[in-house]
Amino acid sequence: MNRRQFAQATAVASGAMLLPRHSAGALDGETEIWDAHVHLGRTGTAPADHAASLLKTARRMGITKINIAMGLTPHLRSPKPTEFRRKNDELMAALDAHREHTLGILYVNPLFLKESLAEIDRCLRHPQIIGIKLWIACRCNDPRLDPIVDRVTAYHGTIHQHVWDKTVPNYEGESYPENLAELALRHPRSRFIAMHSGGTWERGIRALRATENVSAEVSGSEPVSGFVDMAVRELGDHRVIWGSDAGGRSFASQLSKVYEADLSVAARQRIFRDNFKAQVDRALAFKER
Amino acid sequence: MIDTNIHLHRWPFRRLALDNSEALVQKLKQLGVTEAWAGSYDALFHRDVAAVNRRLTEECSRHPLLKPFGTVNPSLPDWEDDLRRCAEEHEMPGVRLYPNYHGFELSDFRFRRLLKLAAERGMVVQIAVMMEEERTQHPLVRLPHVNTAPLVDLLKEEPAARVMLQNCFRAVRGGLLLKLVATEQVWFDTSTIEGMAGIGRLLKQIPVKRLVLGSHAPLYIPESSILKLRESELAPQQLDAIRLGNAQDLR
Repeated sequence: MNRRQFAQATAVASGAMLLPRHSAGALDGETEIWDAHVHLGRTGTAPADHAASLLKTARRMGITKINIAMGLTPHLRSPKPTEFRRKNDELMAALDAHREHTLGILYVNPLFLKESLAEIDRCLRHPQIIGIKLWIACRCNDPRLDPIVDRVTAYHGTIHQHVWDKTVPNYEGESYPENLAELALRHPRSRFIAMHSGGTWERGIRALRATENVSAEVSGSEPVSGFVDMAVRELGDHRVIWGSDAGGRSFASQLSKVYEADLSVAARQRIFRDNFKAQVDRALAFKER
Repeated sequence: MIDTNIHLHRWPFRRLALDNSEALVQKLKQLGVTEAWAGSYDALFHRDVAAVNRRLTEECSRHPLLKPFGTVNPSLPDWEDDLRRCAEEHEMPGVRLYPNYHGFELSDFRFRRLLKLAAERGMVVQIAVMMEEERTQHPLVRLPHVNTAPLVDLLKEEPAARVMLQNCFRAVRGGLLLKLVATEQVWFDTSTIEGMAGIGRLLKQIPVKRLVLGSHAPLYIPESSILKLRESELAPQQLDAIRLGNAQDLR
C-alpha cells in the first residue's frame, strides 16, 4: 500500500474514528500495535487501576499490548535502592493484574551498582518483565553502566535508555543520543532502544545512525511531521520502534507519527509491533530455558 | 468539520510532507475537514506582511475549503492598514498574530489598540502562543511562549473582542487557563492538548464551548488532532461543538 492508498484508508478510518467506541485492532485495520513505552500515573491510585485505565484507552486506539516503564509518578531522577525497589514493586503489581496485555521494564540506578544488579536479578524473574529502563541518574556513556548492560544482556533483556537533545539545557545526567551511541559501541552484542530518539530527532537520528545495535523509539515529542519518514530513510524500518509515552502523552498524537509516514503495510507493522516484539520474544524465550 | 489552525507556504526550518496547498487540502478533505482557517508561514519572518497576506488570499482563492487569516504585526510601521486591508480588501474573518516572532508582548499598547480595532470590525484575533516547542527550536531562534496573562484584564476593557489561542497548552494551564476561560472571550484550539484522553480531561476543567478543532498542520500531523477526538470518550454534542459548532459561532 502506498501513501495515496493509505491516505484513502486513513480517510475511511478517520470518518469512522469519530464514531465507533470499541473497535478492535489498529485504526488502519491492517496492523497490530504494541506500545513500547507507557507510564503508570500518580501515587495515590493503585498501580493495577492505572494499568486498567491505560489499557482501556489503548484499546480505543487499537493498541493491544503496552510495555510499562518505572513505577508510579512522580518519577525519581536518582532513586535510592529502597526507592527503585518500591517503584518496581508497583510495576509488578500492575503487571500481575493484567497478565495478558502488559509487559514491563524495571527501573534501576547506575549510581547504586551493586543494588541495581541485585534488582535486575530479582525483577527479571517476573514473567512479564522483559528488560530495564534507564533515565537520568547519570549519562549513559558512564562506565558504571557497563556491568548493568552486561547483566541484562545475559538475560537477553531489552535495554531502554532515555535520550534527549534539547535546545534548552538537558537535565543534569540526562543523556544525549551520542552518549547512547558510545555505550552501544562498547557493547556490540547488546541491543538498545533509544527512547525518544533524542526528541530533536533530526539530530538524534543522525547520532544513532552508525550504531546498528540501537533502535530508534519515537515516543514523547510533539507530533511534528517527518519524524518516522526520516528515521526509516536513515536507519531502515527494522530499526524503528513505536511507543507513546502515555499517559503523559496522547496515544493519538504519537500514533499519528506512524500513520503520516510513507510506509508499506509491512514496514508499518514492523514499527508498530514486530521490531519490539522480536526483542521481547528473545527475552521471554530466555525465561523459559 | 472546521480546522481553525493551518498554515500555507513553507515552514522555515524543514520541508514538510504537506507543505504544498494541493496536498494539504487533499489530506484535510480525506480527514473530513470542510473548512480550514489558514495563515502563512511566510508571516513569521517576512517584513512585507501586506505581500504575504495578498499571496495567502490568492492561494486560498484557489481552494474553496481554505479561509485566509492574514497576519498583522503591530511592531511594523502602519500596521493598522494591514488590518484594514485584511478586513476590507481580503474580507478575512480574522487575523493571526505571532507575538514571539514579532517581538511584542500582549501588554504592549499596540496590541491593545489592535484588539480594539479588530473588535470594532468583528474580526477574530488568533494568537499563536508557540509554533514549535521550546526543546526542539533551532538554537538561533529560541522563542519563549507568549505570555497570555495580560489578556485577562485587557479583555475586560474590550468586551467585544474575541481571541483564539493556538498551540497554547504547553504554556496555558492551571489558574491562568481558568482565568482566561472566565473572560468568555477566549477560545482554545486542540492542537497541543496532550496526555492520555487529554480532551476529555480538559473538559473537566473548561466548558466545551471554549474548544475548537485546530491541527497546526502541516507542521503538526493533521491526523493527531483528529485521532484525539477518538481517544477521549466524548458525547456527540461535545464532538459536534469541537469539530464544527464552536468555530461556526466564532466566524
